[in-house]
Amino acid sequence: MRTSTSALKSKDLLGIEPLLPEEIDLILDTAEGFKEVSERPVKKVPALRGQLVINLFMEASTRTRVSFEIAEKRLSADTLNFTASGSSVEKGETLIDTAENLVAMHPDMIVIRAKHPGAPKMLADRLPNVSIINAGDGSHEHPTQALLDAFTIRERLGRLAGVNVSIIGDIAHSRVVRSNIHLLTKMKANVTVAAPPTLIPAEVEKMGVRVVHSLDEAVEGADVIMMLRIQLERQGKLSFPSLREYYNTFGLTPERLRRANSEAIIMHPGPMNRGVEIASDVADDPRRSVILEQVTNGVAVRMAVLYLIGGAHNVE
Amino acid sequence: MNMNLLITNARVIDPSQELDAKLDLLIEDGLIARIDKRIKASIETIDAGGLILAPGLIDLHTHLREPGQEHKETIATGTRAAVAGGYTAVCAMANTLPPNDERAVTEMIIAESRRNGACRVYPIGAVSKGLNGEALAELADLRAAGCVGVSDDGKPVWNAQLMRRALEYCTMLGIPVIAHEEDANLSDGGVMHEGYFSTLLGLGGIPAASEETLVARDVILARMTGAHVHIAHLSTAGAVDSVRQARAAGVHVTCEVTPHHIALGDESVQSFSTNLKMNPPLRSAAHRQALIAGIADGTVDAIATDHAPHHFDEKNVEFDIAPFGVIGLETAFPVCYDRLVRAGVIGIDRLIDLMSCGPARIFNLPGGTLRPGAPGDVTLLDPDAPFKVAATFQSKASNSPFVGQALRGRAMTTIVGGAIRYDIRAPKRKTKK
Amino acid sequence: MNVKKRLLDGPRMNRAIRRMAIEILEKNRGIQDLIIVGIRSRGVPIAERMCKEIEEMEGHPVSSGILDITLYRDDLTTIAPQPVVKPTKLPEPIDDKIVVLVDDVLYTGRTVRAALDALIDFGRPKAVMLAVLIDRGHRELPIHADVIGKTVPTDANEVIKVKLVETDGEDEVLIMEK
Repeated sequence: MRTSTSALKSKDLLGIEPLLPEEIDLILDTAEGFKEVSERPVKKVPALRGQLVINLFMEASTRTRVSFEIAEKRLSADTLNFTASGSSVEKGETLIDTAENLVAMHPDMIVIRAKHPGAPKMLADRLPNVSIINAGDGSHEHPTQALLDAFTIRERLGRLAGVNVSIIGDIAHSRVVRSNIHLLTKMKANVTVAAPPTLIPAEVEKMGVRVVHSLDEAVEGADVIMMLRIQLERQGKLSFPSLREYYNTFGLTPERLRRANSEAIIMHPGPMNRGVEIASDVADDPRRSVILEQVTNGVAVRMAVLYLIGGAHNVE
Repeated sequence: MNMNLLITNARVIDPSQELDAKLDLLIEDGLIARIDKRIKASIETIDAGGLILAPGLIDLHTHLREPGQEHKETIATGTRAAVAGGYTAVCAMANTLPPNDERAVTEMIIAESRRNGACRVYPIGAVSKGLNGEALAELADLRAAGCVGVSDDGKPVWNAQLMRRALEYCTMLGIPVIAHEEDANLSDGGVMHEGYFSTLLGLGGIPAASEETLVARDVILARMTGAHVHIAHLSTAGAVDSVRQARAAGVHVTCEVTPHHIALGDESVQSFSTNLKMNPPLRSAAHRQALIAGIADGTVDAIATDHAPHHFDEKNVEFDIAPFGVIGLETAFPVCYDRLVRAGVIGIDRLIDLMSCGPARIFNLPGGTLRPGAPGDVTLLDPDAPFKVAATFQSKASNSPFVGQALRGRAMTTIVGGAIRYDIRAPKRKTKK
Repeated sequence: MNVKKRLLDGPRMNRAIRRMAIEILEKNRGIQDLIIVGIRSRGVPIAERMCKEIEEMEGHPVSSGILDITLYRDDLTTIAPQPVVKPTKLPEPIDDKIVVLVDDVLYTGRTVRAALDALIDFGRPKAVMLAVLIDRGHRELPIHADVIGKTVPTDANEVIKVKLVETDGEDEVLIMEK
């Protein structure tokens, strides 16, 4: 029996790796409360009234930034978006200097999307008076994505423990995969990753996952099939020979899906490349595809994170 | 400056003559004059108080950054760091700005080190012009100007034909080619050891094979040419094996290992501290164990620091984009004493061999011995002194991975040519700036 | 804390709740426009019991819901850790309805203030009524209850503890001393 908790330990959310299972439960349970807020006529609650949240996006992002911004606004926080392009960063300012300048204006939280792994931790280590929320750092972690994925699985399948999750695609360069592996293994789900060997990172099996190099093997018996975006710029170089060959070997089509459990759901963190990693017939299958539910749930999960983190630094 | 000095009451350890005894040592005119039971002379005398007296430490691998990058380090500050760590001589790597690929640069380094250096500086020349890996530098001229070896360190000599020709040419000059072993294609984009932790952290990996493939190539080229290849900062198990086998087969291969590769592993990178970023990277436990085994069985000839100072601002960025390199001169002895001698891997005599006699032997340098007639370069070591690594150093830089660590064992007094250049027990006596 | 007095036991609590249900019916002449909304957490089972009483008396069910007021609390920025958030569940739009808010204890009035704010975000009710099991006085806001189970004069250093079978395993109301 897992003990429950009513607070997060850290003032920051840097990744899933440092979280305890009961903290994950807390975030997911809290998100259920927030999901309802988005369905009200007035989609706004005063929970973070007077708090300033800065969205520091050092890398282009639409989905995550918009989702965080909606979450912040629905909590009545003041939000400010800072993007790398057209800013002091282009004039050569370092991330630390940028962040310290922003902190001088007394934000309560900084949501950061970074190009480089560890950048959120670097800020958290040096900025004790502000909470840092990692919105994706290089190939390292993307904790809120893993949380919204888990929320969606739990909502659809009723549980996380014992669920067979297969993650297929560019495992080597994906932050989504790392956060998902941490979360799902902590919650006792069974995780399989599938890709050509060139897209599997070194010693990934030590993270507690099964590694296969066949789509059919990955789909067989899966309850959840999570497809990852293939970055088009990797084709024809050293990762895989061509998109055509990738689609033929690892693209998810209705025929290949037949091996999955009858109730299996299809997930994708977006943005999708239709006809590269996933066929439209699969992506748009209303019975199986939960890709848009993931987006909806993303707002609720991020509201839960902002709410729980926003409270943590009141402990003084 | 006083070039005469008597040191009494010391435990003299000199592996070059298998000496370990309570003795006095006399330096006259900057040279070792006598070692004996009780020496009497009415000259400046240091009572060693039972400390270990060893031939001065020699670092085969130091980046002094001058000329060109004086914001990181200078010959003056780098050699001050050296004597604070017990070193009486350092070999200055060629990747300065401009690189040490011609006589004028070598002469400038030597002149500046005579003027402002706290210890001896032996320049290493470039293998190729501009370190570009295309055409041989004027190796004979560099040798004549005072270079004791040649290296494009910082990057590998990628062109096998150029490496072969450099090795052949150096057989004529009697100096080693010092090889930075890395297949740039294999380590493309890598910033840490490729393994579980690079996967965990999402950082680009540098596989062990990146080093091992080039070590294998250069062992073959050394056998073919009969030349002396010295492998810099060996970091992998496969590389240790290659050197061990080559040596058994009579190939003239020597190698060095850094203190940080002995003491630290890739798991420490989880802190994302840029002071844990260097090339070659911190490796996994199995590789570290292989390096330590190589030290224990004699495969490793020397411990070298790869002292690579960087300015605070350069390191105060994300791990990915920070420059490679850490400083090491001031922590090398305490770290190695702690991790090798106190840990029971080797005895103090073997450590002194690795840090002084071995380096002198393989690069054919003066020093590394206390035989009469040798340079009066000695270091007093206190194996019991606690040493807490502070955040500030004699070096201009502070990019050390050991800041905050509590170690045991340190250099107390450093004497170069009979002159006291560093003395922690009497800081005021510290001489020349 | 020591128990000073037992204010209600199980049977007396049930009688009080039944009386409250009757009073609500009397004040509204029927249940067509009525929504009974329990405030989390102990207002919820009390509201459910009242609904059951009303259904028995009227012969068909009354509309009911649950209100979580956590996000509207005026002390969110001063307490830590953050209180647990649970969903609000309203069965239908509240526009032009008569909403009866139900809670266990009316004290400072701050919870009711938060509940009113929360409610307004869901629409514009025709009227809002307040039903509480215990009114212990010491209001800090101009708020009063329309339907009261029991009025208890208290000292500021006393605590009212409401226990319900649904949440605590037994029914009773205690007055305790700090």
